[in-house]
Amino acid sequence: MAVCIAVIAKENYPLYIRSVPIQNELKFHYTVHTSLDVVEEKISAVGKAMADQRELYLGLLYPTEDYKVYGYVTNSKVKFVIVVDSSNTSLRDNEIRSMFRKLHNSFTDVMCNPFYNPGDTIQSKAFDSMVTAMMVQAS
Amino acid sequence: GSLSLSSFLPSLPPSSFLISPVSPPGAGDQALFTSLYTPLAQQLPREPMEWRRSYGRAPKMIHLEANFVQFKEELLPKEGNKALLTFPFLHIYWTDCCDTEVYKASVRDNMMRWQGKLRLHGSADWVIVVVETSDAKKKNKTNILPRSSLVDKIHQIKICVVLSDPLQDSSRSQESWSAFLLKLRTLLLMSFTQNLGRFEDDMRTLREKRNQPGWSFCDYFMVQEELAFVFEMLQQFEEALLQYDELDALFTQYVLNFGAGDGVNWLGSFCSPVKSWTGLLLRRPIDMEKRDGIQRGQASLLELRSYLFCRQCTLLIFLQRPWEVTQRALELLHNCVQELCLLEVSMLEGALDCWVFLSCLEVLHRIEGCCDQAQLEANVSHTVGLWAYATDKLKSLGYMCGLVSEKGPLSLELNRTVDLLAGLGDEKAETVHSLQSPYKKLKEALSSVEAFERHYLELSHAAVEMYRAIGRMRSAQLIGKSLAEFYMRKGDPELAESFLQNALRSYVSEGWSLPVTHTRKQMAECQKLLGKTENYLQTSALLAGDANLTDEERIHFCQEILTFANQSTDSKGKQPKVALSMSSFAQLKQLQFRPATATVHSGTALQVELCLLSLMPVAVPLEQLAASVHLNLEQGGTNGKTRGPQSRPYPGTVLFPLANSSGMPPSAACPSLELEEIQDRSPLDPHTLNSTGMVCKNTHLVMRRHDSSPSPDTPNLVSPVPVVMDDGAKVLMSGDVTLLPGNNSIVFSSQELGTYTLRQLCATVGQVQFVLPHISPLVQYEVYSQEPQLTVEPLTDQLLAGLPQRAKVRLQTGHYTVKKGDALQLTNIDSMPVLTSSSCPATILNSTAEHVGESVLFIQSSEKVTCISLPPTPPYHTLEFQLEVLCVIPSDPVWPENQRLTNGEIRHRNIFCHCLCHCLCPQMSIDCPWSIYSTPISLTFYIPFKAKHSLLSAGNRKYIQVCLQNVSDVNFHLMDQRLTEKHQESSLELQSLNTKAQQLVCSKQSVYCVWDVRWKENMPLCLQCVFSASFSSASEEVSSFKPYHYEFQLERVTTLYSVRAEIMPAAGEQNCHSGSLCGLEMSITRLAEPEDNEDDGETEEVCSTKLMYEVADSSNSWVVYGRSSGLVSMPADANANHRVQVELMPLFAGHLPFPDIKVFKYLPPSANSTSQPDTDGCVENDTLSLLDRPLDDQGDTASIRSRGSVHSVGSGEQQSRGLPMPRLEPFNPGQVFNHSQGCQVLVLPSTDDHVLEINAT
Repeated sequence: MAVCIAVIAKENYPLYIRSVPIQNELKFHYTVHTSLDVVEEKISAVGKAMADQRELYLGLLYPTEDYKVYGYVTNSKVKFVIVVDSSNTSLRDNEIRSMFRKLHNSFTDVMCNPFYNPGDTIQSKAFDSMVTAMMVQAS
Repeated sequence: GSLSLSSFLPSLPPSSFLISPVSPPGAGDQALFTSLYTPLAQQLPREPMEWRRSYGRAPKMIHLEANFVQFKEELLPKEGNKALLTFPFLHIYWTDCCDTEVYKASVRDNMMRWQGKLRLHGSADWVIVVVETSDAKKKNKTNILPRSSLVDKIHQIKICVVLSDPLQDSSRSQESWSAFLLKLRTLLLMSFTQNLGRFEDDMRTLREKRNQPGWSFCDYFMVQEELAFVFEMLQQFEEALLQYDELDALFTQYVLNFGAGDGVNWLGSFCSPVKSWTGLLLRRPIDMEKRDGIQRGQASLLELRSYLFCRQCTLLIFLQRPWEVTQRALELLHNCVQELCLLEVSMLEGALDCWVFLSCLEVLHRIEGCCDQAQLEANVSHTVGLWAYATDKLKSLGYMCGLVSEKGPLSLELNRTVDLLAGLGDEKAETVHSLQSPYKKLKEALSSVEAFERHYLELSHAAVEMYRAIGRMRSAQLIGKSLAEFYMRKGDPELAESFLQNALRSYVSEGWSLPVTHTRKQMAECQKLLGKTENYLQTSALLAGDANLTDEERIHFCQEILTFANQSTDSKGKQPKVALSMSSFAQLKQLQFRPATATVHSGTALQVELCLLSLMPVAVPLEQLAASVHLNLEQGGTNGKTRGPQSRPYPGTVLFPLANSSGMPPSAACPSLELEEIQDRSPLDPHTLNSTGMVCKNTHLVMRRHDSSPSPDTPNLVSPVPVVMDDGAKVLMSGDVTLLPGNNSIVFSSQELGTYTLRQLCATVGQVQFVLPHISPLVQYEVYSQEPQLTVEPLTDQLLAGLPQRAKVRLQTGHYTVKKGDALQLTNIDSMPVLTSSSCPATILNSTAEHVGESVLFIQSSEKVTCISLPPTPPYHTLEFQLEVLCVIPSDPVWPENQRLTNGEIRHRNIFCHCLCHCLCPQMSIDCPWSIYSTPISLTFYIPFKAKHSLLSAGNRKYIQVCLQNVSDVNFHLMDQRLTEKHQESSLELQSLNTKAQQLVCSKQSVYCVWDVRWKENMPLCLQCVFSASFSSASEEVSSFKPYHYEFQLERVTTLYSVRAEIMPAAGEQNCHSGSLCGLEMSITRLAEPEDNEDDGETEEVCSTKLMYEVADSSNSWVVYGRSSGLVSMPADANANHRVQVELMPLFAGHLPFPDIKVFKYLPPSANSTSQPDTDGCVENDTLSLLDRPLDDQGDTASIRSRGSVHSVGSGEQQSRGLPMPRLEPFNPGQVFNHSQGCQVLVLPSTDDHVLEINAT
């Protein structure tokens, strides 16, 4: 399960970012922010090849000693980043993909809310609880 | 001689297939093989063979190379031997025996023995080669073993190949060689495939046993690696790599299972404490040292991983995939760290860092060794991760070993360094002589603070450069930040600052609040050390208002500011105050004007209430809060119209868009759209819409590029931008304010005259000033001064003359205070007296039109002035009261031309401006107490009636008709209409034929009155009459009638001639018929003596008057035949009669009106004219009369002119040139009475309508 889940706007500011445990929050912010480099690299690399039938899942952005950072980008250039603990080896690519899909669906629901102003930080409870379900339960 | 076998040895160059010839004991064929060895070894690998493989794997073309070894029984594989490298794949028995005897004597037995041994070891792959040479045949001609027989014999056993004359250069020899080689290759490959398959099966079997106790990974490793070696030698690197990858995956899985609690015994050896961390060693293709360790089951986890990676690296480089090496290296290093942790391998703290650092550099060196510079630069993205990782590890080593602190390492840290270095062991032989080996680098870096710094900076800068080069700016900034931390540790804040600034700018621009806060804290520390007071205070202000920090931290930073502010005050420093941006300190949320119009007159105070949101965690006492304002000159001293920001949700309130809090990126806080609906209406019809749409009013803000350099709106966030203070501007001040956390309300008030724009806001705390450099949107307020104004306006839409009307007098006092005893003096005018009695009520309103008081005015009228005493009224109030006035309708007839004449010259004080619309504008002047000049006041009154008169005749009798039209919107009662002669001289009697009762004249309607005029003596030439009536408004309950007069004049009233006409049908007809001629007889009779003065200049013809008649038809129903006009001479005596006959033809049937008969006075040309026409009788000259008629009634003569026009025009022109023209003069209405006016005659339709004449003119 994830240790950090972030939704990042097209303009690269965080729409939503949550991490466990809390005390490492800053580190995750740095990690997710830095991962945008790779996201942008991947988007531009793929963009040249075939922009229309692009795979939304960007795969492993970069591994660090402690974490693996996965990326996903919607067609509207909203980025999802999931950070997984490296020691958590039970997670396969497919599971990460399905997490992203779930995240995307929930994000779409948020966007469909007429009271949500696109570009605002996400405060939806439904989204929050969905993210919580995907996160490592802080013991 | 005999045969051979193949063996693979890993130490040999890869992909060589070795078969060694072995000669059986006692046989002498060693020499034979030796002679053939060289061509054989050369030619065997020359051509590729297709290698078909089991399990559906794709066939491959491979070159076979063999190593030939002499046959020894010991070399034959024993049961259970798993070695594939030393496996003899093919056994060859070489013989050149062609002698039957020899064969029988020794070769056969020898062969049988060899075969027996092979059979014993289960080896079925063998071949017998018989070499035939012509020399041997020649030598031994007698005892030649028939080739066929030998071959046959051997065939019985197994396989035999004949090689003929191998050393001769003949076609036969070549053929035999190639056949032999093909055979050999086929057999060899067959054997190889078979044995490989068997080997793989064995290996799989072994792997399946992996869960049985006693299974050892190391043993299995060696077996599968054997396979990898074989593939490597066959140059099947892909296959070889696959074997290692399988081993890798297998091992990884075991480690993971171990982590999941499923431990296996053999893993125990890998869990032992790590004593050596020499890092990867990639310079050798095979690290035999580590391989031995694995074989012995004594390798540590790191050694196994190192060896495995080393082999993978070698193969990947053979495959020319160096970038996969770097990628796998990074994965491996991360993985190892995890595995060590998972297996709970105890390791000296920092040892793993050493291993990772060395490994990173080793991989990079290896890659640099096999790629050129251009390739390396193009693939920085693959290597930069390793650089960054190495940098990171070196950094943590440095921190661990005390190499980063200013004071140098402590003894504990020194000991740790020594331990770490010990684990590195001695440098490997390969790199001993290179200057830049990873080993040397690490050793040097750990040796001293300076060396560490050098190496660390070198690595960091390299990594930063690489990240920059590939556009990974964020990664570069992160390394930059750790560099900054390093510099800060080293006590070198100058160098740290720029890195922090870079990072901070990026985080701010992308809106990452936590990193912003963290970096800003580091920045504050750095700025404090640098002594950049202003920047430090600004950063502190930002941090004090940062919600991401704890209250303690926020209070600390807030206290820093307050401490500085107070210190400087104590020291009475002369240094200028420090100006900081206010946005970090407090936000202006709302501004409210009281009164809401933001406009006050001088003398009253305008209040401005600011709502400031203080971001500080504690209450901050402000010495003062000042808002500087700018006087708008161009609007200075205006008249007090309401202005200020338009379209506010609440009047008088300006809401300020929330400025960027540090958390929101500028892009997110981009201005919201200001949309406005536009409608384009048709200019003709306001209810028709041409188009409608939405307009964005702030496109310039919305469409602004977001990716441009940091916008000037967010200066405060990264580094303070110098705040410019308006100097010498007017300020609104509020002293000793304490800003509490959260919303605060501060009230300013202003009294100074002028229109002001709020520019800046400045909060002063001791030596610190927080300045809001711009207040946007623009806010203006106005304090104005106004002159007193007096206006008089009608109470109703229109003021009507002749009736008492009300007018409202409004006095706006402006800056003037109306004192007791002040009075307005109205100059009386006769035409418009003021009717209001001695007192009238007045109301007093304040500047916002609220009712504040009532009062009574006293009005005194004297002959010339009316004096209205005013009640005391404060300034900027309005005094209103009503005056009743009456405008007298002038009785003179209204001739606009005349009136204008008198306007300028005579009437000065009683001016009537009389317009066509019947209105009067009497002008009065009022003297006001505040001015020496009179105020002219003009009111417009509309005359409610319009009168017309006309004279009606019946023979000699005369009637006067007056038409009175009500032009106003009001209904009137009318009574007492009278007509009198103005001078009452003549003996006229005007007898009214009208009703005596009161009449209602509705709006826009008319009343007609008629009088019968009788006279006893001669009728006067000129009648001057006055019409008078009384009227009152019908809506008024108590009708007070007001007089209305109308004067007019009539001239030449008496009837002089009467004209009588008669239409007679043609002779013999009863009625007229259309289309046939009939006669018109007219008779003109003189009724009265011509007046003496009637025909001036006709003295010579007193006896008779010449008249001209004309028969004209205006309705086009008659055609005049012959002449239509003529002159008649009327004798002067009364009752003189003249008859004229004219021929007519009616054009239509029916009751046709008589044609018009007109009579004019004919004034012949001047008396001395020679060509005087005959005065006697009629002058029958159509054309003359027509051309010279001064009256322009051509339409009436249209039908006349149509006849004989050619002639008449020609003669007319001639006459008009040479002769003075006769003149025609019309009679006044009433002078000629037409008896047959309005008569009709019956015209029957033509009997023969076939000859109807169509007459077109």
